[in-house]
Amino acid sequence: MTYPETYRFTKEHEWVHVEGSEATVGITDHAQHELGDIVFVDLPKVGSAVIKGHTFASVESVKAVSDIYSPVSGEVSVINDLLQQTPEKLNEDPHGQAWLIKVTLNATPEINELMQAADYQKYIGAE
Amino acid sequence: MSLAVSELRRTPLCDIHCQMNGKMVEFGGWHMPVQYAGVLREHHAVRTGVGLFDVSHMGEIEVIGPDAERLVNFVSTNNALRLKIGQAQYSALLYEHGGFVDDILVHKVSDTHFFICVNASNQWKDFEHIELMKLKDGFKADVVFASERYAQIAVQGPKAMATAQKLTSTDLSSIRYYWFRDGEFAGAPARIARTGYTGEDGFEVYVEPEAAGTVWNALVQAGAEFGIEPCGLGARNTLRLEAKMALYGHEITATINPFEADLAWIVKMDKGDFVGRDALEKIVRTGVSRKLVGFEMRGRGIGRDGYEVLVDGLPAGWVTSGGPSPTTNSNIGLCYLPVHQAQPGVSIQVVVRNSPVDAVTVATPFYKREK
Repeated sequence: MTYPETYRFTKEHEWVHVEGSEATVGITDHAQHELGDIVFVDLPKVGSAVIKGHTFASVESVKAVSDIYSPVSGEVSVINDLLQQTPEKLNEDPHGQAWLIKVTLNATPEINELMQAADYQKYIGAE
Repeated sequence: MSLAVSELRRTPLCDIHCQMNGKMVEFGGWHMPVQYAGVLREHHAVRTGVGLFDVSHMGEIEVIGPDAERLVNFVSTNNALRLKIGQAQYSALLYEHGGFVDDILVHKVSDTHFFICVNASNQWKDFEHIELMKLKDGFKADVVFASERYAQIAVQGPKAMATAQKLTSTDLSSIRYYWFRDGEFAGAPARIARTGYTGEDGFEVYVEPEAAGTVWNALVQAGAEFGIEPCGLGARNTLRLEAKMALYGHEITATINPFEADLAWIVKMDKGDFVGRDALEKIVRTGVSRKLVGFEMRGRGIGRDGYEVLVDGLPAGWVTSGGPSPTTNSNIGLCYLPVHQAQPGVSIQVVVRNSPVDAVTVATPFYKREK
């Protein structure tokens, strides 16, 4: 699976794709692989606030619950209904169809400190 | 407690697990695979075909001597006197106060030789308990900690028989459920038991540690035509939960008695004295205040181990084991509730990350195989 050049990556294995004042957030292929079969995704309500570095969702595998941290601050504009019905899509297409939320950003996000694709792949290679 | 990987115990099959891409984790001080291809896939393989489990971490204790049967019958809640040679029974070891030391599988090898399979995490505790009880009443028998002598591999599923039969001249169809026979398996001397922790038909094969690799590889080959999958602890747990089988530390602990745990059926009060009997008699007279019951989630959320359970908005009990049920496509679990609510059809709520989520008590097992 490719790690898109236009995405930025966090140490906690989330990705963010910023387009103007909108950002899409998801978890990486590495994350879904580590989690195993995903059986439940708990997303925030549309309209709720997300804060950079704070948890905004949880993803459950058969055995465990994992918190997901937001790489940006803003307001949740859309949540991915696909994952409520078919959480397993998160294992299949974590960088594409199975994004978690879209966020209307508060301000220009400080994403330059986040890893680019090549750095993230090095990071997970080294882990 | 967190142990460095190098301090964890390893089964003889550890290298094979790594070769087969087992995702290794720490379990009760052991380095064990939690999954290979994936928990759901492994679970479905056992329910529809055949799955393979390394259960060598389990403990084995042998009781040998003229008083072996009397000693086993004294420490075990089930009636060991009713066992025939080659027969096994599910049972428990209790403390004098009636709480669980462990749940066990007792096998009668001969009138003077009993073979007990015990939980990995309790094996030393169980050994010391039986030794202590033996010394208390002066039984003439040796209690032998035999775990290092045995590796154990479980092959489970509707195709387990067809798979395993290829590897032994013993007629496996003549071994009835919960019976065992000593013979040969994949060329190694073996104890072949028609037992398991999955709710499916299958066998648990005990061999010398040196033979474990050969037996495992032979089963992988023999089961290939049926799509055999190596299965880890993740699937082991989802399978046993659907079959409503207890896990020590969850449904049964030192502070829970068999009547609360819905295990009255393994306690034979009329067989004579056994450790814990006096305490259980009192409990029979006064009744239990809480009982184990199954539940199924109705709202969005998974009720997991340790989560609080509410009835009418008030704390009433806790989840002992809970999670997704791949075969029934629901989220299930077991919980302790006040005895009058511990029956099917009661509306409850499970507190999932600070929010109560609707659930309902249900009859168990959640899954039962076709005979």
